[in-house]
Amino acid sequence: MKMDQRRMPIYQALENLKTKRIVPFDVPGHKRGKGNPDLTNFLGEKCLAVDVNSMKPLDNLCHPTSVIKEAEELIADAFGAASAFLMVGGTTSSVQTMILASCKPGDKIILPRNVHRSVINALVLGGATPIYVNPQYNEELGLALGMNVDDIKKTIDAHSDAKAIFVNNPTYYGICSNLKEIINYAHSKNILVLADEAHGTHLYFHNALPGAAIKLGADMAAVSMHKSGGSLTQSSVLLLGKQVEQSYVRQIINLTQTTSGSYLLLSSLDISRKNLALNGSNIFSKVINMTEYARQEINNIGGYYAFSKELINSDSVYDFDQTKLIVNTLGIGLTGHEVYDYMRDEYDIQIEFGDLGNILAYISVGDRHLDLERLVGALAEIKRRHQKSRIFMPPFAGYMNPEVILSPQKAFYSKKESVKLEESIGKVSGEYLMCYPPGIPIISPGELISKDIVETIKYEKSIGAQITGTQDMNVNYINIIKEVL
Amino acid sequence: MSLHLWYTEEHSKNVRFSIKVSEHLFSGVSEFQKIDVFDSIEFGRFLTIDGLMMLTEKDEFIYHETIVHTPMAVHPDPKNILVIGAGDGGVIRELTRYDIVENIDLVEIDEMVIEASKKYLPQTACKFDDQRVNVYIQDGLKYVRTKNNEYDLIIVDSTDPIGPGEGLFTREFYGNCFKALKDDGIMVNQHESPFYNDTKLAMQRAHKRIKESFPIAKVYQAHIPTYPSGYWLFGFASKNYDPIEDINKSKWSKLGLTTKYYNLDLHIGSFALPNYVKELLNQNE
Repeated sequence: MKMDQRRMPIYQALENLKTKRIVPFDVPGHKRGKGNPDLTNFLGEKCLAVDVNSMKPLDNLCHPTSVIKEAEELIADAFGAASAFLMVGGTTSSVQTMILASCKPGDKIILPRNVHRSVINALVLGGATPIYVNPQYNEELGLALGMNVDDIKKTIDAHSDAKAIFVNNPTYYGICSNLKEIINYAHSKNILVLADEAHGTHLYFHNALPGAAIKLGADMAAVSMHKSGGSLTQSSVLLLGKQVEQSYVRQIINLTQTTSGSYLLLSSLDISRKNLALNGSNIFSKVINMTEYARQEINNIGGYYAFSKELINSDSVYDFDQTKLIVNTLGIGLTGHEVYDYMRDEYDIQIEFGDLGNILAYISVGDRHLDLERLVGALAEIKRRHQKSRIFMPPFAGYMNPEVILSPQKAFYSKKESVKLEESIGKVSGEYLMCYPPGIPIISPGELISKDIVETIKYEKSIGAQITGTQDMNVNYINIIKEVL
Repeated sequence: MSLHLWYTEEHSKNVRFSIKVSEHLFSGVSEFQKIDVFDSIEFGRFLTIDGLMMLTEKDEFIYHETIVHTPMAVHPDPKNILVIGAGDGGVIRELTRYDIVENIDLVEIDEMVIEASKKYLPQTACKFDDQRVNVYIQDGLKYVRTKNNEYDLIIVDSTDPIGPGEGLFTREFYGNCFKALKDDGIMVNQHESPFYNDTKLAMQRAHKRIKESFPIAKVYQAHIPTYPSGYWLFGFASKNYDPIEDINKSKWSKLGLTTKYYNLDLHIGSFALPNYVKELLNQNE
């Protein structure tokens, strides 16, 4: 870091604005909250006073020249990137920008299947064709892992015309692929490397954590500052490496980004970046210690398995982000979904998600030891009261290699019809279907619906998973492609 | 010239309670909370945590006798006892009066409470050196999590459910206490007040959570002048003893303990609750 990271230009500009007592004859119409007393009571005067529109002293997100520009330079400096963008449409907008900026319609992009739905949405928007690489799968834990480097090399060799490769760093479950090796090989073939770091902000600020994408040489990285970085929900950061043309990326962003970027979100990025740059190392040391403590205590209960670096195998689990507290629940005979529900309904504890075999409790600098004790205490109680015999993952529930018949865009715009789930086997799906969270599609538009996929959907439904994405809210019917336009 | 120093506590947003202070004896900030000890003409010395009254020398006997003697008169053989919180020593002072008690484990999260009490509140912190007392500086929830079928009685002398005490008002805590108790174990707890809104909600939630964990969950009451509204509740939860049907009056009388507040008639009467309290307890939150 070369710049003075104590600076917070957007925050400072907003503070200055408040002291000037300017009479607002511009939007927003709540006029610093005075026009909407209920909202002001609820969110507070301080908050409404800085919910303001772009104006000269506050710069403009679409074409930054002053304080937003400086804030973006400070972010780039703090993360070690060549340049950076403040994003107000969530990390979804950062991910979509990366893909739209690197692939034109018809271009190929290599990606693991366990990507967030926002990635496949970007393919619908931009018309790129996905080339999927199998993520490896741990059957005992029911867990999708990282990508195998040899698989990636083979895929790149088979599709040397691909424009980009997309990598989760880490996955929602904290698992990292061998990103350095992937970057080296991709760059040798002139393929851009895009990193989804929705769950990786903290990697930039602590030495003991897995490598951060931009520092390893990736070309773009989408970073969810609002997760481990502490900024407001929906704020995000897009980082660029040296080789990417910043002005073109700005054009792509401006295709879909609001022209009324929220200063609440922007200032939260500014303030959070300062905190990370100055205190990140201490903060994440604390988080690592808390997570390690909780992991140990949970493993001492017996039956649960809170896994960590022992999964590392120099390939599909090249590294593990130890700030992720994931607990496998199959050993106590409960699915992750069941434990998730017990935690909330009986113990007033909201965790991040439960899937077939695991739960994820999100640990951050905002946690206290007292709260960790509640988490561990509740898990001990759930075991005492609800334990059954061990669950084994059904054979069909593992990773399924999707058969892509149509590009997501073609599938999306094709004529569709609704059929019963059982009657959809062998047809091409016209829509998504996923458990949310984690929001990774079981089936995506354009993919062949197999018997295993229908079995998986039925199984997920039977164990009470929240399945979303289909037009039919009860997921008894699914849209299939009737006619390709 | 006389000193005009007053301790003031908000019993609700619109109600204040004040005691004229003659001396501010101790002030310390621990990892968890702010601890103060004052001296006063009316109530003697008193201990506050985060600006809330914990005990005064003048009325602590009511609280400590109520929380200790009520379960001790019911359990036929209370040998091994766990006390959570209670760093002021008042609960163990009452417990050590029973010869039948063989072991007392006191689990207090904040060592500073014990140290300040030993130094400034000898009236309650007078039995820490009893051979049967073992002190553990630890989170109560963490402590009970590791115990199975060990204790005859658990006394939960917690602060309010905001701050370090909040884990002691949760279902996971009560469930772990159930597990830490023997098959005929009893748990009693500080149960907040039904009168003002804030404590009322905490009181209802605690009762709901205890009922979910214990087959018998009763509530009893005492008059504590320096607590908000002066009217305070306690919880009596057990695996099989009923606090009224299973009381052994002659056995307790034979012990010949002198008490200032507790007696066997009051024991029975303390479980007779006013209608508005009954109604609150029957309501779901």
